[in-house]
Amino acid sequence: MTFIPKPKVSHPGLPRNELGLTRRDYEGALSTLCAGCGHDSITAAITEACWGISLQPELLVKLSGIGCSSKTTAYFVNGSHGFNSVHGRMPSIATGANAANRELMYIGISGDGDSLSIGLGQFAHAIRRNLNMLYIIENNGVYGLTKGQFSASADMGSKAKKGEVNRQSPIDPVLLAMNLGAGFVARSFSGDKAQLVPLIQAGLRYPGFALIDVISPCVTFNDHEGSTRSYAFTREHYSAAIAADYVPRPAPITADYAEGERIFVELHDGNQVALRKLNADYDPTDAHAAYDHVQQRLAAGEFLTGLLHCRATEETEFHALNRTPEQPLNAVPFDKLCPKREGLSRLLARFA
Amino acid sequence: MTPVNPPDRINDFALKIATVNGTGSASANTLLMKSIFRSGIPVMGKNYFPSNIQGLPTWYEIRVSRDGYVARSGQVDLMVCMNAETYARDIREVASGGYVLYDSSWPRPALLQRGDVTVLGAPLARMCNENFDGVRTRILMKNICYAGVLAALLDLDLTRIRELLGQTYAKKPALIEANMRAIQLGYDYAKAHLPCPLPLRVAPMNETAGHLMIDGNTAAALGCVYAGATVAAWYPITPSTSLMDAFKSFADRVRVDQETGCANYAFIQAEDELAAIGMVLGANWNGARSFTSTSGPGLSLMNEFLGLAYYAEIPAVIFDVQRVGPSTGMPTRTQQCDLMEAAYASHGDTKHVCLYPANPEECFYMAVQAFDLAERLQTPVIVLLDLDIGMNDWMCRPLDWDDSYQPDRGKVLGREALENIPKFHRYIDPDEDGIPYRTFPGVHPKGAYFTRGSGHTELGTYTEDAAEYQKVIDRLTRKFETAKRYVPAAIVSGPGHAHGAIVSIGSCDGAVREALDVLALRGVQLDYLRVRGFPFGEDVEKFLAEHDLIYVVEQNRDAQLKSLLTLETRVEKAKLRSLLHYSGLPVSSAFIVDGVLADLAEDHRARAGALR
Repeated sequence: MTFIPKPKVSHPGLPRNELGLTRRDYEGALSTLCAGCGHDSITAAITEACWGISLQPELLVKLSGIGCSSKTTAYFVNGSHGFNSVHGRMPSIATGANAANRELMYIGISGDGDSLSIGLGQFAHAIRRNLNMLYIIENNGVYGLTKGQFSASADMGSKAKKGEVNRQSPIDPVLLAMNLGAGFVARSFSGDKAQLVPLIQAGLRYPGFALIDVISPCVTFNDHEGSTRSYAFTREHYSAAIAADYVPRPAPITADYAEGERIFVELHDGNQVALRKLNADYDPTDAHAAYDHVQQRLAAGEFLTGLLHCRATEETEFHALNRTPEQPLNAVPFDKLCPKREGLSRLLARFA
Repeated sequence: MTPVNPPDRINDFALKIATVNGTGSASANTLLMKSIFRSGIPVMGKNYFPSNIQGLPTWYEIRVSRDGYVARSGQVDLMVCMNAETYARDIREVASGGYVLYDSSWPRPALLQRGDVTVLGAPLARMCNENFDGVRTRILMKNICYAGVLAALLDLDLTRIRELLGQTYAKKPALIEANMRAIQLGYDYAKAHLPCPLPLRVAPMNETAGHLMIDGNTAAALGCVYAGATVAAWYPITPSTSLMDAFKSFADRVRVDQETGCANYAFIQAEDELAAIGMVLGANWNGARSFTSTSGPGLSLMNEFLGLAYYAEIPAVIFDVQRVGPSTGMPTRTQQCDLMEAAYASHGDTKHVCLYPANPEECFYMAVQAFDLAERLQTPVIVLLDLDIGMNDWMCRPLDWDDSYQPDRGKVLGREALENIPKFHRYIDPDEDGIPYRTFPGVHPKGAYFTRGSGHTELGTYTEDAAEYQKVIDRLTRKFETAKRYVPAAIVSGPGHAHGAIVSIGSCDGAVREALDVLALRGVQLDYLRVRGFPFGEDVEKFLAEHDLIYVVEQNRDAQLKSLLTLETRVEKAKLRSLLHYSGLPVSSAFIVDGVLADLAEDHRARAGALR
């Protein structure tokens, strides 16, 4: 969503991934968001994450609804199809698209307004369907495009720019997702690229619904004193429960975590997510324990970040439940779909 | 031509059965209708049922028509009164000289008050209580029992009834025996105590060979299977639910790989209609043929996404099985009340391709055509059925399929084509027919583009520039012009030179055709055009231009078809006169005949008045 095309020149010495592509090849149009917007940092993390796992651009599908967050699908991976749908309805577009072709990777970018107010129903049901996609909420607690109204994620007591205080309890997407049975639930902060990039990589490869709630301060409408989504507040109340690292086989990106501090969660393609436990009694594979832990820390005013919950959910994944074939439905030959003239009398026998 | 009041009523009468819903009467009624159908006699059945599961009044009307008329005649010759709660109104409805059959286990002297109908009693409940055990069984068998009485009264063939029961309960042989026993009880009683057969009765013909008895929802669902639809997304709503049920049932039979158990289709029950249409768009955008079925309230919810699909040019097929509105209205009654909403669904300047099937046969073929049109034109196609077509069983000509059919996927650039072009732009119009080229995700990096409902240029990029915006929106107008050449042509009949005409739509067809015959007998010759698609083509323009007085027959209060004709053709508004039927019951031929005659008489009086 830009009026200015990005310059296409790139330095010949830029590092290349396995596909021979540079980071520039994973960029999109120039962002038109406000300077300093947390969303742009997330865009940068997505770009880095996709480059890092040598994703073939055309195998990614970018989906969004409406709002500042939803604009960002235009700002990364130009070589992918993008779909900027209507407000709060991205999950249904994602569901249909995924049903048609299970071979592609689906990344949905949404915001707190898009997912927790107008789109709460679709968000919840995409989780229930265990749709294989990475769902990122760029969460700033405020409506930016319409100039500063509270969103449903605004904390109690949070102050709007004009001084109004929020008295309604917030909806926390992380707790909600866990409650609805999501198998991959993470939280991060737009300013923490080191944590965010591996989370995105893991989420993209997770064979089911993966949620990353990214606290992303709005520099224009929610970065003042009294806001609980400001840069200052977030940095102060930021608590990394577990550090996650995405480890693709056979070539790990990093290996700078000491053995013994990690547990591995295997993904469907044999890749692994490594979780570093900071808290000895925290087990991210136990949904109930994770839920309690996140809730307790939230009550204490802390955003617990990292991969908060991860468990295998392949058996309930959308295509598994629908018994669809390995071959994408959009590629099944017509011959296999149409019962032909010969089938007609058989199917109509009951009506004769 | 049918005489208006034939001396004998063999194969030419209407009977209506009044029961309580949830008591098994549907089986008895289907049995009766199908046994008449299997006797080679054209027959129509219409179900007037409540929005309720058990305990409320429900009616089933069967019209036997040797001339093959498929609409309500507007008169009831034999009423089967099985619901005491509605006795009074049911008896009022019987035509003079007609018959009433009732359960005389509890004599109702009040029934006998109407002197111009013959009241026939059969102690159905008493016979069933004596012959069957268990409250539930007795209630169910009482209803099967009236079918036995009717078999005797109407001279139906018992062996045919046994054959049908055998097919219906092939997997539960015990039920065949019980049902047949109930039939026989009623039959024997009638033979012994009632004047069998009645003057209105059936006699075998040979007019239904090869025909089907099928509802429009089922036929449309079959069309979706044949069109190669793979993603079905929906939210349950009466009266469209059976379309999806039928699709699933067909797909389970023909789309499941016997070896792997894999299903070559996805069936998604959405959380609401907002999501259902979103899923359909997502799937079509990603290269799978996808559809949804809904009714008025659901179509209202789909409006926002339909606008996106129109503007971003995404194919979609939507079946709207219309029911009575506004709001929740009467969910189990029929109307054609979504014509305007479908044509212009969504905010902003939007127009949609619509198809208007008139019967199950057209539902099947138009379902297939809808997918071809949607992909050819890259736009939503709304197929407007109504409850009458969708949920009632219609006698229907045999369906056929041409194995050489290949889906028209429209202008899609594949891997090779993309490899060979320098750059792909989503919304340019190289063929000057208003239809751009599209690509599917995952095929080629050169095919990538950004789909959006916000202002976009013909290159597919975001814009707020006046000229760039207008260029795309004007091309969409050209595309809609192109659509006129693709939608099914109207069906025209009649003498061809008449000064007056009827224009109608969808399920009115049967009633209009019969009305035209009756009117001709009364000396009123009218031509007839039935629109089958929107936008209206030149054929519609020409017909409207050729006639001076045009009755527009439709089933809604606000003359929506007339409005569409006025808005979208060059017709002079004063030429159009509405005949509007919107009670929720299917329109009858009598309504149209009476309407035309009354209007002509009014015209005549007005002219006479003007001369004085």
